[in-house]
Amino acid sequence: MSHAADGAGDRGAIARSRPGAAPRRQARRIPFTRGVRRQTLVGWLFVLPALVMYGLFVLQPLLLTVQYSLYRWDGVGPATWVGLSNYATVLSDPRLVETLFNAFRLVVFYSFIPVALGLVTAAVIHRVAAGRLGTISRTVLFLPQVIPLVAAGIIWGRLLSLNGLINQVLGAVGLGDVTRAWLGDFDTALPAVGIIGIWVLLGFCTVLLLTGMGKIDGALYESARLDGAGWFQEFRAITVPSLRYEVGVCITVTVIAALAAFDIVYVATGGGPGGSTAVPGIQIYILAFLERQVGLASALAVVLIVLVLLVILPIQRFTRGDAS
Amino acid sequence: MRVDRRELFAGRALLLALVAITILPFISIFTTALYPSGSSPAGLSWPADPQWGNFIEAFKVANMSTLLGSSLFIVLAVVPVSLLISTMAGFGIGLLRIPGAGLLLLLFVFGLTLPFEGIITPLYFLARQLGILNTRFAIVLPLIGLFMPFAVFWMRAHFVNMPPEVSEAARVDGASTWDLFWRIHVPLARAPIASLGILMSVWAWNQFLLALVLVEDPTQRTMAGALGAFQGHYATDIPLLSAGTVLILLPTLILFIVFQRQVIAALLQGSVKG
Repeated sequence: MSHAADGAGDRGAIARSRPGAAPRRQARRIPFTRGVRRQTLVGWLFVLPALVMYGLFVLQPLLLTVQYSLYRWDGVGPATWVGLSNYATVLSDPRLVETLFNAFRLVVFYSFIPVALGLVTAAVIHRVAAGRLGTISRTVLFLPQVIPLVAAGIIWGRLLSLNGLINQVLGAVGLGDVTRAWLGDFDTALPAVGIIGIWVLLGFCTVLLLTGMGKIDGALYESARLDGAGWFQEFRAITVPSLRYEVGVCITVTVIAALAAFDIVYVATGGGPGGSTAVPGIQIYILAFLERQVGLASALAVVLIVLVLLVILPIQRFTRGDAS
Repeated sequence: MRVDRRELFAGRALLLALVAITILPFISIFTTALYPSGSSPAGLSWPADPQWGNFIEAFKVANMSTLLGSSLFIVLAVVPVSLLISTMAGFGIGLLRIPGAGLLLLLFVFGLTLPFEGIITPLYFLARQLGILNTRFAIVLPLIGLFMPFAVFWMRAHFVNMPPEVSEAARVDGASTWDLFWRIHVPLARAPIASLGILMSVWAWNQFLLALVLVEDPTQRTMAGALGAFQGHYATDIPLLSAGTVLILLPTLILFIVFQRQVIAALLQGSVKG
């Protein structure tokens, strides 16, 4: 990784010394069968601008994160080398370890429930609502996906408040006893944040899975029906296995959304109450910009990056390996 | 398909329930916005005396016209540049197949799973060092970089599937590599470029973390970033906050309803390819 980023820097120097119009003239003058090296150079020039932006604003900060994580630094004064001790803190301080557990708890809400419920919803739309109702419900369900997550957080912050719609409904059906400020209660804050995630991600999963269902060969269903298969048997034996790839994509996208959650949590709870909804993203922000512990924040950031990779890679292998 | 009536009924009831659950939050925030400023309205109810003026008030205090301009500036600065350089890179990697293309692709793909929080701390110090902290460029430049993994991956997926005959014919006619790119392949790639443009516009418009950390002044931020600041200032005035939220949602909702086919298609393809 470090090699690649250094390379980006070198190529940046090449780019500056050569004006952008150069490749055209060179390519004209030289017959392309003999100009292999020129062709290579021209090809690299095409990739260069993207590589420079990526190198400067993604790979460079990534390396800096790793570097910061080995120091104690308040962001202003001199930094002190502390080796791996920030990582030891991330993996032992209960406050920080808890953020990692919270990230995985969110996976249940952001990923498992939307994918499972999305499968059922898509199957229902596919089967009983081929016409107008299907189109409308697809559009409506997708709506939360295009609005800023911050807006979703604000809207649901209202709904889940003490005199919000949720408590109003609960009171109306005789469950007045359980009403509370859902986002302000230690026991319910995290599930409440999770429910916001379900609301945002259900439509995305449904529509994606529905698209996959459209590609399944109708003959499969007909032969199943000749064998006397019911709705559930069809769903289990044909629909779900045929959607392995789409399900994999849904899981990948939603798991990343859960592990890297920030916007909704920041707006709805800010990580509270008492850290019960603190996820790594929020904790990195608090450590780096409110508590001025840049080194510790960076160690947590590295742990988060690695964690996402460790979780996503097996899912990708499973999905792609089976598709080919 | 043969579907019996009981199943039809149950299925449709489930769909209607889900549609209602999706829409009710929007309706609730809208009715809340109509209550007298400073009051604390309950759940879902229509106010006795709807205060339409709240929207005008929120438009003024949130500095909405400046905000729209700011968000638009950020989208217009990020998206065209990102489209151009990622299309060029996708062309170089997918079609010219330059030596090292495989490694380059891997390098970009690695960035696909990277959470923005993972690099936000150094981005802050980097922006400060470059003297762009608290300007819109602190959002624009990193965002272009952060879009590259997906954008390059996306465009490469298009170019790698182009039949070689297209390029060979042009080469025989003596076209340079740039001509081949600009006159032949870019016009052929209009559809994936358009989808990518929609995707990146939505993402830039909704970008929150970069705005929160890198730009202090809400009027220099994206819509989503400004909404976060608005919430901080008006958390106690619930009707006004709701009116501001509705106003900030409105452009996105209108655009989505007008372009829903394209947006849905783009977002879905985006995830399948990614």
